[in-house]
Amino acid sequence: MSENSHFLTEQDPTSAPQQASSGSAFLTVEDLTVRFPTADGTVQAVTDLSYTLEQGKTLGIVGESGSGKSVSSMAIMGLHDPKRSEMSGSIRVGDTEILGLSNNKMQKIRGGDVAMIFQDPLTSLHPFYSIGDQISEGYRAHADVSKSKAKAKAIEMLDRVGIPQARSRVDDYPHHFSGGMRQRAMIAMALVNDPKLLIADEPTTALDVTVQAQILDLLQELQHDFDSAIIIITHDLGVVAEMADDVLVMYGGRGVEYGPCRDILTHPQMPYTWGLLSSVPDVTGDTSAQLIPIPGNPPSLLNPPTGCPFHPRCAHRDKVPGDLCRSELPQLIPGNRGPGHVKRCHLADPEEIYLTEILPEIAPDLVELIMHENDDVAPGNGR
Amino acid sequence: MVGYIIRRIVSGALVLLATSVAVFALFFYGPADPAEAYCPETRCTPERLENIRAGLGLDRPVLVQYGEYMKGIVVGNDFEIGSIAIPCDAPCLGVSFKLRVDVTDYLLDRFPATVSLAVGGSVIFLTLGLAVGIFAARRRGTSADKGIVGASLIVNAIPYYLLALLAYLYLISAWAIFPETAYVSPLEEGLLPWIKGLLLPWLVIGVFYSTQYARFGRGSMIEALNEDFVRTARAKGLPERKVVMKHGLRAAVVPIVTIFGLDFAGLLAGTVFTEQIFSIQGIGLSAIQAIGTKDLPIISATVLFAAFLVVTANIVVDIVYSMIDPRVRL
Repeated sequence: MSENSHFLTEQDPTSAPQQASSGSAFLTVEDLTVRFPTADGTVQAVTDLSYTLEQGKTLGIVGESGSGKSVSSMAIMGLHDPKRSEMSGSIRVGDTEILGLSNNKMQKIRGGDVAMIFQDPLTSLHPFYSIGDQISEGYRAHADVSKSKAKAKAIEMLDRVGIPQARSRVDDYPHHFSGGMRQRAMIAMALVNDPKLLIADEPTTALDVTVQAQILDLLQELQHDFDSAIIIITHDLGVVAEMADDVLVMYGGRGVEYGPCRDILTHPQMPYTWGLLSSVPDVTGDTSAQLIPIPGNPPSLLNPPTGCPFHPRCAHRDKVPGDLCRSELPQLIPGNRGPGHVKRCHLADPEEIYLTEILPEIAPDLVELIMHENDDVAPGNGR
Repeated sequence: MVGYIIRRIVSGALVLLATSVAVFALFFYGPADPAEAYCPETRCTPERLENIRAGLGLDRPVLVQYGEYMKGIVVGNDFEIGSIAIPCDAPCLGVSFKLRVDVTDYLLDRFPATVSLAVGGSVIFLTLGLAVGIFAARRRGTSADKGIVGASLIVNAIPYYLLALLAYLYLISAWAIFPETAYVSPLEEGLLPWIKGLLLPWLVIGVFYSTQYARFGRGSMIEALNEDFVRTARAKGLPERKVVMKHGLRAAVVPIVTIFGLDFAGLLAGTVFTEQIFSIQGIGLSAIQAIGTKDLPIISATVLFAAFLVVTANIVVDIVYSMIDPRVRL
């Protein structure tokens, strides 16, 4: 997280927030729906999810456990067993449609153009094979090279991700490495084939805070060098603030808010995003202040709520006339922050509620700043 | 590693020592009198029995006899029964009073047949069991998987001797699909006669044991395939075959090594039913015959030999562990 400022202040009024989706996207996810039939019924893990990502940009996907973050990303890797899952919609990587791709073709994409880093580097590395073997194995799966060349590449990659004495550490086993080094080795393994898209599924959750910062720095540095697109899945808004260009907030398998990172963090338009922001501790403010948790539990994906998936836990549903929140699913539409920032909420003026009710609770010192900035950048004028 | 193996060998030797005491106690305090074996049943008077005991040295104190026994194992011992001298070189496990042979030689003569049965059977049940187990694990929850689990339970529920007996009665006696079984030395008679003579017993052992390995293999494979590192292997773009057979199997094989070590030792110590039913002169059959004739030296030697095999198997399993899993430091 940045040195001294709360990420809510990271808004720089002089720079216009970029569009969430524009230009030539490298990754296009459209109406992605993932279902898992089980004995208890169908798990509606992801429903009608859409987003895009350009080369060199970072998308942060945030949400609680079970919100569909990982499931949707695993779908991009084609890691769902087609016999145990039902998928529809479209995932395009470059010019290739991923959904319905044969296993042979999918293998070439996995670990090639698209690579993935997992949450827990200890369980994600095979305990019985050396780090070097695991990296060169991934390299040789995509490049027709000799074992010795692949090993040289593994050493080069370990060196690249900052493992000291890579040449002697290459034959070590994962249990010889510390947590941070394991995650570096995971990253080396993922980047060995110069992927154009890197999916990092909670890459720092299992690491301690100082190592977290190092790993995030490393990812940014590598992104700069390789010009990869990155999807970073997390429930840590600090990570999002540091890394992401765009943010997708997921709830109950759906995208509920999506837009440029700064805009979402400073002008969230959806009560669930407010809840996420309210449950982040502010280390620069009053440290004795209570965090405000989101009441209730994540929704059942077997039997999701009618209407807005968040309505059973939403403190603001009374502000919507009629029983709309319960009866009708809000569409993902632009609010008053311009077309690049979309939200799924029936509230007429969420901005107003955020500035008058939510922000004073979570960061009273920022109200003036953001209100003032709001006057400068008039809402709805294309920003 | 070397230090660990030495420690294990020492502790294994202690286990064997304890076993030898138990075996000897059986010999000395057990209900069967070794001297009876030498006493002709029709003309056996108590006086005569007493004479034989004295002749065999069985009337000496137990510690003296145990010392004699141990000495035999280490340096050998010469026995004299009546007027016949039976030399018994180290390791001497005693002399059969009934058969008048060195027990060690007697067992070693029969060991190749048992080893042949154990090795051939193991090759079949390991390949068959693991193949079926992996197949079922990859299709878990499907009707193929349920069919395999059900079938393996049914086969497993048949008593082994019944399975072997039925196989013998139908496949050899009645329908003559398989040739008569017999053990011939593969070194002297050639491989083909050896295989021909043991094919059906191998299959019976193989099929029966494979059911257990199929279920174990299925279970540990399902567990392994759910591991994060298998997902990583898939995410690297490895072909599914490599994901399952390299990354999955390497992890799944660990618990299987344990039960295989003990099963294999058990088979080497004598496949009693197999040898009896298919009349193969192995360790198991000789033990059964020795029990029938109260030939205690052979029985006790077989027990000691079996204990030796189990102890050795355990040490080998631990060494294999350290070869599979680099985290295991010996």
